Amino acid sequence: MGQKSASSSAATKVSSFVLLIIFVTLAVALAALVLAVQAYSIGNDVVAVYLLFIGFIGVALSTYVLFQTRQRMMRLRIETPPITTTIECKKCGFKNVREFQRGDYIFKEVEPCQKCNEKMLITAIYREVREKGKTSFPY
Amino acid sequence: MEYAKIYNQAFASFSEGEFVNLVAMLTALQNQLFQLPGGDIFSQILTLVIYAFIFISIFYGQRIQLYIMLREVEGSLYKLKYIRDEGRRIAIETIKEIGKPQTDPTVRVDRFLEYFTISPQSLDPAGVVWKLEHILDVRDTRFKDEVKLIAPAADETQANNLENTLEAAMALNYIYKVIRHYYLLGKKTLSLYIIMQIQMILPMVMREAEAYASALKAFAYGQPIGDGVGALVAAKLMHGYPVRKIPKDCVVATVPFEGRTAYVIKAEGPGGNVGKPGDAIKTIIEENEGKIANIIMIDAALKLEGEEIGEVAEGVGAAIGGPGVDQFKIEETILKYRIPINAVIVKEDIGDAVSPMRKEVFDSVDKAVERIKQVVLERTKEGDKVIIAGIGNTIGIGQ
Repeated sequence: MGQKSASSSAATKVSSFVLLIIFVTLAVALAALVLAVQAYSIGNDVVAVYLLFIGFIGVALSTYVLFQTRQRMMRLRIETPPITTTIECKKCGFKNVREFQRGDYIFKEVEPCQKCNEKMLITAIYREVREKGKTSFPY
Repeated sequence: MEYAKIYNQAFASFSEGEFVNLVAMLTALQNQLFQLPGGDIFSQILTLVIYAFIFISIFYGQRIQLYIMLREVEGSLYKLKYIRDEGRRIAIETIKEIGKPQTDPTVRVDRFLEYFTISPQSLDPAGVVWKLEHILDVRDTRFKDEVKLIAPAADETQANNLENTLEAAMALNYIYKVIRHYYLLGKKTLSLYIIMQIQMILPMVMREAEAYASALKAFAYGQPIGDGVGALVAAKLMHGYPVRKIPKDCVVATVPFEGRTAYVIKAEGPGGNVGKPGDAIKTIIEENEGKIANIIMIDAALKLEGEEIGEVAEGVGAAIGGPGVDQFKIEETILKYRIPINAVIVKEDIGDAVSPMRKEVFDSVDKAVERIKQVVLERTKEGDKVIIAGIGNTIGIGQ
């Protein structure tokens, strides 16, 4: 069908500078956590608590930003759901379901039937949507 | 001495235990709020942070809110730009593929995306419908000519599809520009209210833009869209019967229907076309000298949240959208001949209306046909003549 969705575009690219900042923050945060363990082991409890605090905040922030960037990239794609074409033979009732092809339209006469050699007709073109997380609605 | 008196009056009603608790609470509060110079370093920093937070919230709260909103709008604008660029790219690619132009169509497409239509002056509203119709006709002719120039190799069906593709790209371009305008204006003036307005309607705008984005692909490939459900109902009824063209861009078939004669009308497919059902209905009524027992119009209608997609409902009136010219013409004609008019609608949301037809909408066609039968049987007598008009874009639907 040739319906290729979004190819590489400037809008889907993530700035390498932003990525660098995210990974540097993550590295510093992880280092703070390691240092916190060390400080605790030598009995410096107050410093350990501060380092632990900084470490957790850093890890949480950098993973959140990284996740958000990924989400944004995923959101920036135009979804192309598969379109189905149903072809029927009016004489023998033979049915063929295939992917939509350019030029198809409802009530178009297409190739002859495999069974009775009668001309077949496109009777349906539609897309099926699977509702994500559809919950029961009491109202 | 005075203070002691007030003190004694104020606390006389407390028991000794309550008094001790109160004193402890006041001391704790005093420690929390005013103990800056004493305590450990951590408490001092925390106190300073709390003070700074209160200060910032009071004096810069609104500005912070403004920046948060601006950032939210910026994110959506980013997505709108992406959708707009994709729309433009798809339109150009489709023109190159179908239209086989001699030169690069990019410049012409970019010019097309900036086209605008000025609606007629309505200070004196008498006759405004005819003025509006004329403007829309000029616009339609201009678009068709432009498509012929951009895509010389396209046949009539493909040219109609290309016109619809370009119109969807145009709508995306317009949405992007309006949102960008308010974003930049809000940023320039730092007005919370400008940004707030746009931020509040943004979810609806994004839904519409996403709907147009999927419409663009449907138009480019000539797939039936949700809005075409009315045309599909008419096509099902007229299929197998001889059809003739009627003004403008419509077809009609005379179909025996439950012992009555039904004039089934739809826009001429399978290219992207809505026709002028107002003119078509008027033509059939005048051909029959007004002797039409009933008119039934079928169209897609916007559903409310919570309603099922493909739900069929029935009512009275001219079921037709658009700028209102066709509805006006239909109402004028039925008033002249006192013809009753009924409507059958298939419910769907804006996204489903302009994107490839969903299975639920397709399945509702048989239900709509059943409902039409019911209306015809209940509202007309055997031997009567009725008009059944399927309204909507007939892209991807033959007859």
